[in-house]
Amino acid sequence: MCTSIIQVDVIIPTQTKYLDLIGSIGEKVVKKLENFTGDREALAYQLNLVLTEATVNAIKHACSDNQKDCVRVSIHVEENELVIKVYDHGQGFDLENIPVPNFEQPKEGGMGIFFIRSFMDSVTYTRHKNYNVLEIVKHLK
Amino acid sequence: MNLNLETINGFNVLIIKEERIDAHNSAELKDYLLKMIENGKIRILINLGNVRFIDSSGLGALLSGNKQIAVKSGKLALINIQKQVLSMFELTRLNRVFEIYADLNEALSSET
Repeated sequence: MCTSIIQVDVIIPTQTKYLDLIGSIGEKVVKKLENFTGDREALAYQLNLVLTEATVNAIKHACSDNQKDCVRVSIHVEENELVIKVYDHGQGFDLENIPVPNFEQPKEGGMGIFFIRSFMDSVTYTRHKNYNVLEIVKHLK
Repeated sequence: MNLNLETINGFNVLIIKEERIDAHNSAELKDYLLKMIENGKIRILINLGNVRFIDSSGLGALLSGNKQIAVKSGKLALINIQKQVLSMFELTRLNRVFEIYADLNEALSSET
């Protein structure tokens, strides 16, 4: 029995033209959530955004010398939890050292991780030997 | 990026004919705005009516234009923003940085 489980795995080249595809998959997943009683329109936008920002992040940190590098994105929904994992093969970055944007003097960049943290419940970035994983969890109500 | 520029009552009205502004097309928008401003078009209304999604790079492109306009003492305002897109401006408090109007008429009447 896996009637309440959704698992979507997507592998794309490290090119921004695929952001639309990744984001729209997130929106479609929201439409299929059976027990979610909150604002679906808002959640669809947020998931689109989070997937877009996380994928851009992975593209930025991908191995620039390897044109065939790919980003793997996994979306898993089980019971009341949605887990997104975005895998990159670059040098990685320190998630904890990314500052909160200064809204009094807004800058053009640096808002991506802020959006992910704002809309989701937990964000971790784990470095492994040959890859890194940005793991994002959202509790569905 | 699919853009349409027209002049109405002395304003350069830039209609963004895309559903998404994201890291794939935001650099193009940023460059387009900077070229407009360099060419002396410093009264700009950006119509976001078709845009149902904007990411951090899209907000950055608009912010870049807004900063350049401020340097030239011009005016840049946003019109016809969809609800979810507006929520992004509110979350980042950029709704306090940009002039935002419901539509073209409201933006034009703000001048009188």
